Amino acid sequence: MMFAATLTTSYFLVLSALMFAIGAVGLMIRRNPLVMFMCVELMLNAVNITFVAFGTDVDNVGGQISVFFVLVVAAVEVVVGLALVVAINRRRADATADDVSLLRG
Amino acid sequence: MPELVTFFAGAAIILTGALGVVASRNPVHSALFLIQTLMGVAVLFVVQDAHFLAAVQVVVYAGAIVILFLFVIMLLGVDKAEDLGVEPIGGQKPLAAILGAALLAGALTIVLIATDGATGSSAPGDPERSLQNGFTDIERIGRVLFTDYLVAFQLTAALLTIAVIGAVVLTRTVRADDRLGDLEPVSMDTLPSLAPAGANDEHHADAADDDGKGDA
Repeated sequence: MMFAATLTTSYFLVLSALMFAIGAVGLMIRRNPLVMFMCVELMLNAVNITFVAFGTDVDNVGGQISVFFVLVVAAVEVVVGLALVVAINRRRADATADDVSLLRG
Repeated sequence: MPELVTFFAGAAIILTGALGVVASRNPVHSALFLIQTLMGVAVLFVVQDAHFLAAVQVVVYAGAIVILFLFVIMLLGVDKAEDLGVEPIGGQKPLAAILGAALLAGALTIVLIATDGATGSSAPGDPERSLQNGFTDIERIGRVLFTDYLVAFQLTAALLTIAVIGAVVLTRTVRADDRLGDLEPVSMDTLPSLAPAGANDEHHADAADDDGKGDA
């Protein structure tokens, strides 16, 4: 199944796994909240690739519909997240994720 | 075969962009690399005949979300380079690398083990939802989205409204005369419409002014 001469679902899944892992590592090592949000976007896009690949695989448009909803949720997440970043930066400039740790358990 | 070439071109764009997002010291560069990645994802959508999603990907992600990121970066002036060597939590980076490698290994193992398609056999589905039913993909998505997923679609509308309201509430500046402590309990004889003009306290002064102008 791997290394087939035609394009199979596995190619997309492997790429998606790589992209998701890069996004996850980025989320864990970066401290700038804006870059952390960008890494979340990377992970969401990795999942979108998977949705479309599986939708093509099982010949169902549901995969593409799911991408549509993921897109909406991503947009909402960015709006609220950036509003939080703006609100935090208004109180203290150059805040990183480590500076906002009062709720840490 | 041309599909395969397009796939690898798209994959190269995506992976270099993704690494750029994580490794750039300047958030503006990260945002630009993010655009590169999102364009690569759009290429992969085109390879899979999801043309509508490719267009939406470019318009919504690259055109709106990343621009929003750039606006916030520029407005806040946080476009200074970050020193990636600083480690407030000891051993964070090695741990993150180990966790990322474990995640990747797990995902790849699942993909490689599931040799007859990770979802098993596909049910001979509904022709309405088949990707070979003769409709263009935008018609197909529209037909399913506005029938089977109508409630979810309506809920996304509510979600977007809530997000907008939330963003406004989070970022508005609270002026001194906006504070709730300044509000007095409402009783019938303090309502402006019932009291004679000018009899109100100073918070209603402009309402009284408007009345005066209207009379004149």
